[in-house]
Amino acid sequence: MTDVRELVRAFRASAPTDDPVAFLRARFDAGLAWVHYPAGLGGLGLPREQQAIVDEELAGTPSNDPRRIGIGLGMAAPTLLRHGTAAQKRRFLRPLWTGEELWCQLFSEPGAGSDLAGLATRAVRDGDGWRITGQKVWTSMAHRARWAILLARTDPDLPKHRGLTYFVCDMTAPGVDVRPLRQLTGEAEFNEVFLTDVFLPDDLRLGAVGEGWAVARTTLMNERVSIGGGALPRGGGLIGVLTALWTGRPDVRTAAAHDEMMRLWVAAEAARLTGVRARQQLAAGDPGPEGSAVKLAFAELAQRITGLELELRGADGLRHDDWTMRRGEAVDFEGRSPTYRWLRAKGTSIEGGTSEILRNIIAERVLGLPAEPRTDTTVPWRELPR
Amino acid sequence: MNLLYSQDEESLRDSLRALLRSRAGSPDDGFDAQVWRLLAAELGVTGLIVPEKLGGAGASLREAALVMEELGRFLTPVPYLGCAVMAVTALRVAGDTTVLSRIADGSACAALAVPFAGPGGDVRVTGGTLTGRVASVADALAADVLLVPAGDELYEVAADGPGVTRTPVVSLDVTRPLVDLTLSAAPGRSIGPAQPALGAARTAGAALLASEQLGVAEWCLDSTVEYARTRIQFGRPIGSFQAIKHRLADVWVSVTQARAVARFAAGAVSGVELDGAEPRLAAALAQAHCGPVAVRAAEECVQLHGGIGFTWEHPAHLYLKRAKTTSVALGTAAAHRGELAGLLGLTPAGTP
Repeated sequence: MTDVRELVRAFRASAPTDDPVAFLRARFDAGLAWVHYPAGLGGLGLPREQQAIVDEELAGTPSNDPRRIGIGLGMAAPTLLRHGTAAQKRRFLRPLWTGEELWCQLFSEPGAGSDLAGLATRAVRDGDGWRITGQKVWTSMAHRARWAILLARTDPDLPKHRGLTYFVCDMTAPGVDVRPLRQLTGEAEFNEVFLTDVFLPDDLRLGAVGEGWAVARTTLMNERVSIGGGALPRGGGLIGVLTALWTGRPDVRTAAAHDEMMRLWVAAEAARLTGVRARQQLAAGDPGPEGSAVKLAFAELAQRITGLELELRGADGLRHDDWTMRRGEAVDFEGRSPTYRWLRAKGTSIEGGTSEILRNIIAERVLGLPAEPRTDTTVPWRELPR
Repeated sequence: MNLLYSQDEESLRDSLRALLRSRAGSPDDGFDAQVWRLLAAELGVTGLIVPEKLGGAGASLREAALVMEELGRFLTPVPYLGCAVMAVTALRVAGDTTVLSRIADGSACAALAVPFAGPGGDVRVTGGTLTGRVASVADALAADVLLVPAGDELYEVAADGPGVTRTPVVSLDVTRPLVDLTLSAAPGRSIGPAQPALGAARTAGAALLASEQLGVAEWCLDSTVEYARTRIQFGRPIGSFQAIKHRLADVWVSVTQARAVARFAAGAVSGVELDGAEPRLAAALAQAHCGPVAVRAAEECVQLHGGIGFTWEHPAHLYLKRAKTTSVALGTAAAHRGELAGLLGLTPAGTP
């Protein structure tokens, strides 16, 4: 058996130290990017749990920013690994992991959010490639991304799940127009992406023509595994903001608020421990559906905690810090005003799958309850009401 | 702290299920002496946390928590919580050896003579004997030894000895009988100071009761899902309606969280010291969270079973009664939230 700790120490002794990117490239080439990936693709084909040893040994060395590369890392990479050609894996995985090329996701559309398979963006054959036309929405990082994972309709005469094909979209191609989408907080974390007659060569197709839904399911399953975030300490995050307010401001305390705060503290600690347990299961090589529980619980908690904080602060709580449009790249739950926190928390039960869709998924895939009767799975997409 | 189940715990679970499933019967009479003997003789679980040198298995409260889960799932009417968890913990802290050895070999069952819920009883010591009354004592019906706090001491009293009267209570939870205890000049042997022993027993009991509540909630979820899958109304299984699905998904989310909390609490009380802040915090968190989860799961179980859920013949009511009783027993969720606030320094309104 390979001794990972020895390997990492040997790598560390010989790795380039002059430039962070050079270091990250060398780390990828040594198979120490994600050790459970195959050799030659940033990994060594080892059990996933050994990654923790690698990360521990390489603490303090140059690192990619997991938030900036989150979509590439959590969604594009596992999809490329499972469905990509050898050439696609070689081309995309290294700069994805080093952070030299950022990724975004062109899935949701104004007319197809939760009902993703109903999307209307068209991909039409054109010689040795495809012409893409349509509009995508809620695309974070699109204004920074070099590549996108793209789901488009290649056959409107088939039922909606069967007429889809999965592509890698070149975000620098002519016809790609990225516009900020301002949200209710005033800032624009997300974008609208207009695709007008964008040409993509056929070697940017991922998986077979018409197999886009199966490929997308790989992406979506990995999205849910990665949601839930890293480990916060007990009493950290939003509940920490609330308890700090309580401790620092005796004047805002009421008996009713005390009980509600303690309920929220208990709920936050329960959610935190659920996340800890889910990560332990993942590390033990047995990823369960617990990520969905963490996501649902966090969405509700964030809304209740920020709502209580706003109420406790009274008139002060109604002063917003700034409505100017910013291009935020990450949620700033702890750095901004309580009004921002409260407003931004409204997105937590919508983004990454609404709470309602998640409950359906839990009911059907985890609990095994029967699906709701549907009328849209056998009808050609073209004939569906939209 | 590892919140997963170990291989040993999973195999203990398998053995327990095999035994309990074969014995599942009517729990109406409140104590299944035969199952209790089998648990002691075949699996040795009554002495699980008794030290090895006293004839026990020397296991930690983590493994005992696993037993609590399965006893909760099957609603087995045996005094495991009162005897094998709380009395054993009190005896260990008090430094007793004789009663512990008898519990380990299955020849005796012990119970703490304190009310299952609420403040303590009123027992006086006069001339080396005990006199007084303790209401609503759990697991005392099957006990051979009563551990009675009086003054500042904990006394060992023979349950069928002179001056001891046990009067069964008609209680909400028929699967965990309560008795009113009356002592009149009953002889007792002091085994140590009462407060440390009772405090430790209470912390261990509250922490592990969460695992029982988890088992109760899991049974309620599983049986309701099974029912929703097969019960046809309006021409299709009721489990295909979103109104039902979403409620069951919410129960699953809360059960998933209760599992993490219960495992955490079991781990936190598995160390040697039970009077530290961390075990007390874990026990309070466990009761503040898992009690309400079990009640909600049982309420949803009754509701989503519809008419059959409201009958005596369906077991849903037994789980509902157990869930509600345990959510009050070793302190309500509100009381535990108060305890947590104290431990965390989150003072109530009106204090500077």
